[in-house]
This record gives sequence, structure tokens and C-alpha cells, in this order.
Amino acid sequence: MAEKKIRVLVAKPGLDGHDRGAKVVARALRDAGMEVIYTGLRQTPEMIAEAALQEDVDVVGLSILSGAHMALAPRILELLKANGQEDVRVFIGGIIPDEDMPRLKEMGIAGIYGPGASTEDIIRQIREAINK
Amino acid sequence: MRNTSLTQSVLEGNRLALSRLLTQVENESSDGRAALAELFPHTGRAHLIGVTGAPGTGKSSLVNQLTLYYRKQQDKRVAIIAVDPSSPFTGGAVLGDRVRMRDLSGDNGVFIRSMASRGSVGGLAQTTAALVQVFDAAGYEIIIIETVGAGQGEVEIARLAHTTLVVEAPGLGDDIQAIKAGILEIADVLVINKADRPGVENTERALRSTLELAHPTKRVFRHHGQAMSIDAPEPDSKIWIPPIHKTIATDGTGIAELADSIARHAAHIRQNGDWAVRDRARLGSELEAVLQSELMKRFFDRVQKEKYEAVMEQVIQRNLSPYEAVNQLLNGNPNQEK
Repeated sequence: MAEKKIRVLVAKPGLDGHDRGAKVVARALRDAGMEVIYTGLRQTPEMIAEAALQEDVDVVGLSILSGAHMALAPRILELLKANGQEDVRVFIGGIIPDEDMPRLKEMGIAGIYGPGASTEDIIRQIREAINK
Repeated sequence: MRNTSLTQSVLEGNRLALSRLLTQVENESSDGRAALAELFPHTGRAHLIGVTGAPGTGKSSLVNQLTLYYRKQQDKRVAIIAVDPSSPFTGGAVLGDRVRMRDLSGDNGVFIRSMASRGSVGGLAQTTAALVQVFDAAGYEIIIIETVGAGQGEVEIARLAHTTLVVEAPGLGDDIQAIKAGILEIADVLVINKADRPGVENTERALRSTLELAHPTKRVFRHHGQAMSIDAPEPDSKIWIPPIHKTIATDGTGIAELADSIARHAAHIRQNGDWAVRDRARLGSELEAVLQSELMKRFFDRVQKEKYEAVMEQVIQRNLSPYEAVNQLLNGNPNQEK
């Protein structure tokens, strides 16, 4: 039997067009042996949830630099749940003000990473979250 | 979810169940195998279309447009399996074909699944054929399999698909590239994508002269590791000569004509018996592959690890050739054992 690979969807919801961060993370996760499905820019929450469903991912990584995280994150969590994928761990990378973090965590976001976060931390925390 | 009910849900059209089953099958879990066995009688209905070609020729964009066409014009349910390479060093992969398929989002008649090649060469993953069976059983009428960006030898897709599209783009090579063996030989339909780019006439001329030099009248399969050729069914049926289509996948130019050729090819091989020949060959090589891996597994379950290591050491010391070593492992060494 082949070993179970960790499958991660890396998505960029919303309208900002900077995907360098998402690509750096995608590449780092690849180098950590994960299978990363990269969806590209300007995804709606519906598109992200649909891709997560079709790809049967363990993790969704969202890159949000637009400031719209308090609208996008809960919507995506809600759609994942509606599809029966409440077990999917959702991580966010981007520009997230400190005061929003507790509420995002409360909603069920598994990890939040700002500028300067190390990819090793992200990889380790993804692995921990999955083995929990 | 118990597995029998998982299979049942897949047959009833539950997308989450389908997705989970695909994962189990891809991971070759025992549950996945059991489910495949249950689903197998429901397979054999879909038209399998392979799409291959060099990286950057626009395969994913073309698949996107073709799928839109099948949805809008023919209302057929379409499954897409998009294979991208795994890293040979870490086993990780970035699967990026969905980026070009965003138009297909929000349509329940389409299911896109990305697959990492997981160490397989030949342009597909080990379990791609099994995933095809799952989609087939789930009632998808068209299954498009997009290979990894292929070079010259990634011809595995021709064994899997009923109709193979080879996608070229202007400016990728001269006519010597076009007469080499391999990828061009497996084309049932040739596509020159990015036909708005300069050089398209040259590409077309090169491909056309290749087709005139020789169109295949034999079909080659690997059988017990040997290349075997089967005469394509003849003589009264006309030989299929791969048509050449020029497309611009970013705006849909030429897609309707391409879809028409694909349909004509399917009708052609159904009529001349090649459809059945291909099904046979595909299932035959699948059976062989499974048999091979099961025999290996059975062997490793039984052989003593120390004995295996000892024989291996002898090979490393150049005392035994690999052939002698295998002979000894399978039949025992008469001098030592009795």
C-alpha cells in the first residue's frame, strides 16, 4: 500500500493580485513531500470549496493580502462544512491584523502566518494538525 | 462511511463519496481495491480521451475549452484527470492544471481531479487507469486524461485512451522531431494549439509531411515485456489518418471542429473494431501490471530477508550476475540447499 500523501489546496481568494507568497509556500510544501494543488488568483469561496471537494484535500491554505479575511475565511469554512468537509484544516497566510487573530482561531482557522513566517513552522504545524 | 455504502453513494452521484473513493484508490488501500471490484461491472461505458504533448503547449487550456464544449453543446458529464509530475527527490508535487480550468467551476456535471505521477514514468501515474474506472462507473460519459508535459517517449496514454490527442505548438521543433518514433505515432488527432502564433504554417507543414511519410497500420503493445504488434483491423475499413487541427485554446477557436474529429474517431474505431482491440489491450496490460506487483509482493512476503541480503551482497561483490541471483532466489541454490 502506498503511503498516504498529505494533499494541500493552496488558493488565493479575493481580488488582490500578489501570489508570490502563495507560490513560495506551495513550493516549500512540495519540497516537504506534500502534494500541492495550486489554483491561481482570484478564486471565489465557492470555487475554493469546490476544488477542495474534488481534490479531497487534507488542508486548505489561503493567501489573503486584501484585508478581506474576515469576510472570506468564515464563508469558506461554512462552505467546506456544508460539503461535509469539516475535517479539512484551514490555514491563512498574509496580512492579518493582530486583533483579528483570536476571532479567526475561534472560527476554526488552524494557523495564521504573517510576513517573515518560516516555511518550516508552516510545514511542522500542518503535519501536527493532520496527525491530531 | 463503510465501504459498501461508499460505493453505493458513488453510484448514486455523491461527489464527496466519489472524491474520497478516488483517494483510496489512488493510495491503493485495501478498501479502495474492494470498492474497485464492486464498481468494475459498471465500467466500460465512457469515451476516454487522452491529451498529451510537451509542457506549455496549452493542454490544460485545451481541456478547459473542450469540456466547456461538451457541457454546452452536448450536455455530457465530463471527468478530468490531470497528471503532473512528482519530485523524484522528495515525492512532493505542485499540481497546477486547475489554474487553466477555472471556467469549469460551479458546474456539477464536471469533476476535475489532479494527480501526482508518484514516481511513474510514461506520463501517467500508476493508478490513473483505476481512477478512470471509478469515474466511468460513476457515470461520467467523457473522461479526459491529461498527461504530464510529455517529451518523446511518454506514450503510456495511448494504451489507456480510446482517442489520443497530441498537442503541439508553433516553434517547438523542425521536421526531424516530427519523424522520430514515439509521441507523434500515438496521435489519433493532432492539434496545433496557439495557432495565432507565428510559425504555425511551418509546424503544420512538418506534421503534414510526417503523416504522408507513414501513417501507422500496426498497433504496438507491450506484452510480457515484449513489443508486439497487432495488425490494425483492415482491410475493408478505411485507415484512420490523424486529422490536424489548429486551435487557439484561450478563445475557443477551432474547438468545435476538434470535438467533431474526436467524435468521428470514436465512431470510426467502434465501427472497425479497434475500440474493442484497445479495450482488450488496455485491460490486458492492466492485468499484467497488477499481477506483476502482486507477484513481487508475494515474493517479498516469503523470502527470508537474510537470504535476500546475502544474494544481493554477492551481486554487489560481482560474484553473481543479477540473472543468476534471481535464479537462485526463485529456485534456490542446489549446491547450498541439498
